[in-house]
Amino acid sequence: MQIQWYIFLSVALFCIGIIGVLTRRNSIIVFMCIELMLNAVNLLLVAFSKMHLMNGAAKYPALATDAQLFVFFIMVVAAAEVSVGLAIIVMMYRNTHSVDINFLNRLKN
Amino acid sequence: MSAIQLIYLVPLLPLVGFLINGMARNTLSKTATSVIGCGVILLSFIISLTVFFQVNKEGFTPQVVSYFDFINAGKIQVHFAFQVDQLSSLFLLIITGVGFLIHVYSSSYMHEEESPHFARYFAYLNLFVFSMLLLVLGANYLIMFIGWEGVGLCSYLLIGYWFKNVEYGNAAKKAFIMNRIGDLGFLLAIFWMLQAFGSVSFLDLFNPSFGAISSISAINSPTLVGISILLFVGAMGKSAQIPLYTWLPDAMAGPTPVSALIHAATMVTAGIYMIARSNLMYTLSPITMTVVAIIGLATAVFAASIALKQNDIKKVLAYSTVSQLGYMFLGLGVGAYTGAVFHVMTHAFFKALLFLGAGSVIHAMHGEQDIRKMGGLSKHMRITYLTFFIGCIAIAGIPPFSGFFSKDEILAGAFANNPVFYVIGLGGALLTAFYMFRLLSLTFFGKFRGTEEQLHHLHESPSAITIPLIILAVLAAVAGLFGIPEFIIPNAHWLDHFLDPVFAQSKALISHHELSHGTEWTLTVVSSVLILLTSIWAYKKYAAYKGEAAPETGFGKVLQNKWYVDELYDAIIVNPIKSFSIFLNRVVERSGIDGLVNGVGRGVNYTSRQIRLLQNGQAGTYILMMVLGIIVLFIVQIFSR
Repeated sequence: MQIQWYIFLSVALFCIGIIGVLTRRNSIIVFMCIELMLNAVNLLLVAFSKMHLMNGAAKYPALATDAQLFVFFIMVVAAAEVSVGLAIIVMMYRNTHSVDINFLNRLKN
Repeated sequence: MSAIQLIYLVPLLPLVGFLINGMARNTLSKTATSVIGCGVILLSFIISLTVFFQVNKEGFTPQVVSYFDFINAGKIQVHFAFQVDQLSSLFLLIITGVGFLIHVYSSSYMHEEESPHFARYFAYLNLFVFSMLLLVLGANYLIMFIGWEGVGLCSYLLIGYWFKNVEYGNAAKKAFIMNRIGDLGFLLAIFWMLQAFGSVSFLDLFNPSFGAISSISAINSPTLVGISILLFVGAMGKSAQIPLYTWLPDAMAGPTPVSALIHAATMVTAGIYMIARSNLMYTLSPITMTVVAIIGLATAVFAASIALKQNDIKKVLAYSTVSQLGYMFLGLGVGAYTGAVFHVMTHAFFKALLFLGAGSVIHAMHGEQDIRKMGGLSKHMRITYLTFFIGCIAIAGIPPFSGFFSKDEILAGAFANNPVFYVIGLGGALLTAFYMFRLLSLTFFGKFRGTEEQLHHLHESPSAITIPLIILAVLAAVAGLFGIPEFIIPNAHWLDHFLDPVFAQSKALISHHELSHGTEWTLTVVSSVLILLTSIWAYKKYAAYKGEAAPETGFGKVLQNKWYVDELYDAIIVNPIKSFSIFLNRVVERSGIDGLVNGVGRGVNYTSRQIRLLQNGQAGTYILMMVLGIIVLFIVQIFSR
């Protein structure tokens, strides 16, 4: 398959993520959208890695393996982030009985 | 071990005394303080004495003891070094000797002060002696300048010793500021010397074989004239010459022993020491010599005329000091260097004696300083009276007391240079005799004019006060024998012989037109007779003074108000500066600088109030901003390729 399809897919996923973060007020959905963006990037990295490895005459074969390493890093960080983020959301819900991010504007003024 | 190797102890001991008395002032008892304060000076004096005897030996050559590099930058090298020669050893003796007597005197005079203040007084006094010793021992102008500034500082601290009195504080400030004006001249002279000769050490400048100035043969070279004039400006400030003399009479605000030590015997003679030290430079620039002689003479007569009408016992002595310093500068200006140094020595004795005597009188009168309210004290204070009397004769210049010899030597030098100088100088000497005997009569003769209570408490001072008086009186009486002029007994001028190596180069340059012995005899006899007659006249005139208080009129009023010099300075210097300061404060400071600073504050305040509105607390907005920012960065990235 051509590399551009992978790019289109990840751009689409990334844009969905951005739009979701910008428009939704439910913090769980915002959170999911952030994950979506991270995974769009992961997908792109894997696709490029595959492209480099398939092409025997690739200029920098090391880049291909580096990209996969990055993917794992991102997944680990994302997992850690999810646990912290969800914990925050749980605490937020316990204190305010809501997960609306616009509710948290007490720092204003 | 030679005493000269111990020379560092001479200034170090007073410094140690200063540190002990200064730091432990709250714990030391008064007795301990005075023992430490006097003891260190006594030790210094003993070392100075052994140094002096070593210097006095035949074939002694000046020695420079160098301790460490003080400044070492490029071609400029200044060592922290002491120079021991005839001139400095003589000054060492005067400073430590008279200093010791005054310390002993102070231990009794200041006894009513509270213990910490008593210790503070002695600490300052020791610091002063340290600075003064540094001044005369320094082997270059820079070390001399350190001492020079040190004595100025101590003078400030001691004039303002009773700092709770605002007047006294102002007098201290006045002294300090006037001294600073002079010091600026001195400092510029040092810079100029470094620039012109690359060195400020006396040896590099004045050594007969390789000295930078000794090798100059041109008379009145602009560099030398400039440097010597600037040095003289420094001397004007420190030694209270016209136009910078007005601080000295005000400096009488300090305790009387301080006036005796700092403002009569030692510090104010620093200017004479400096010029005597640089005598070659002055000899090579006759223009400066003339300036020095004229200013000295003018000061001598001017200050003497003011002293005629002063009624404060210390003020009379203060103006008398200014006047005597004028004589010393006259001596320097006409090339009678030995005479000037001789007068420094005799003046240190008799003026310290007079001030200490005045202190004894003030002590007995419970702080009264107005001579119109004294009188008849000779019956109550025999020792003070007799010693004061000797001081009076000495300063008036009646033979054979010390002032006669030194003043006569200066006047003879003036006559050899220019007879007009001699006539004016003799006029000043007559004024001196007049005001001194006026002071003596008003204080010690006639009827007592104070209150009954003061009369009841009149008493002779304790022995810590009278013994220094007696020693100084003996010195004031016989010190003249160190300088008996040639025409009376040939080759008996010990001081001239002693100081010969210091002034040898100058003497070779000054064209001597020797006075014949006949002329000298005539001059001496004429001046002595005139002085004697004036003294007797003044005594007769004021012994019968009853205390009538007719207000002064005409010229007397001008004299009583000190020629309105203070008022003149106020009008032309102080007040314009004050108005300018007020202008700077009100206009430049308040609306200019304050406006700018406050404006910046207000501006920041306003903009932040506006920008603050961006922080609306909506997480969505922040994320939108972030995304927009990233997009902008992408666009920049794309288009900057």
